Amino acid sequence: MAYDVNGTTVEHDEEGYITNLSDWSEDLAKVIADQEEINMTDEHWAVVNFLRDYYEEYQIAPAVRVLIKAIKKEMGPEVGNNKYMYELFPYGPAKQACKIAGLPKPTGCV
Amino acid sequence: MSEDVKKFLYVNRKAPYGTIYALESLEVVLIGAAFDQDVSLAFLDDGVFQLTRGQDTTGIGMKNFSPTFRALGDYDVTKLYVERESLEERGLSADDLQEIMYEDEDDDWAEKPSIRIVSRAEMADIFAEQDVVLSF
Repeated sequence: MAYDVNGTTVEHDEEGYITNLSDWSEDLAKVIADQEEINMTDEHWAVVNFLRDYYEEYQIAPAVRVLIKAIKKEMGPEVGNNKYMYELFPYGPAKQACKIAGLPKPTGCV
Repeated sequence: MSEDVKKFLYVNRKAPYGTIYALESLEVVLIGAAFDQDVSLAFLDDGVFQLTRGQDTTGIGMKNFSPTFRALGDYDVTKLYVERESLEERGLSADDLQEIMYEDEDDDWAEKPSIRIVSRAEMADIFAEQDVVLSF
C-alpha cells in the first residue's frame, strides 16, 4: 500500500501511517490529509508541526491527553482544548494529526 | 484522583539495548499512565544504563529511545528512583545520567528533577510500599 506524491510512491501500513518516517514531506501531508477529508489550514499545520517537533525531541507520538496539555502550554488555552482540537481533527487529534505528520501511531492508541 | 488509586512500581534491571525489556517497560508505562495510578519507576542493576546521557545507537541499528524518558513528566510520571549501589558498582554517578525534569502543578509549575538517587535500603522500602510491582 502506498501514497502517490507527485509521481513518487510512499509506502504506508494498513491504517495509512507511513512506513519510513524520513519519507515525509509537506506534499505528502497534503495527500494524506485529502484522504482523511481534512482541508489543511494554518491551524492544522500548527498542530502537525507541533507534533513533528515533539517527536523530534522525545522520539514518541504523544497520547491525546498529553498532546492537548502540551499544546495548551505552548499555544494557549484557546487552541489547547478538546473541543477545538476535535473540530480540527474529527477522528482524533493524536491519531489523524500524527498520520498527517508522518509519525507512528501514538503509543497506546488502539 | 479517586480512592482506587494503586501504587505501581515498574522495575528496570536490564541494559537498554540487546533485549527488548527496557523499551517494552517504557511503552507499558506510557500506556498505563492513562489510568491515573500512582506510578514510580525503579532502575537497578544494569537498568541504570537506561538513563545514561549521550546514548548513540547508530552502530546497532536500533532506535535510541532514551529521549522518551524526558517526556514522562508530560504523562505525570515524575518518580524515577535510581539505586546508588548499582551506579557505583558500574563506575557511574548521578552526573552520568541525563537530566529529566517535570513541572510541579502544585508548586506554580516549578521545574523539578524526576530522578532520585536512593540507597539499596531505601529502595527496599520503596518496594515494600507498592500495591503492584512489575519487573522488566
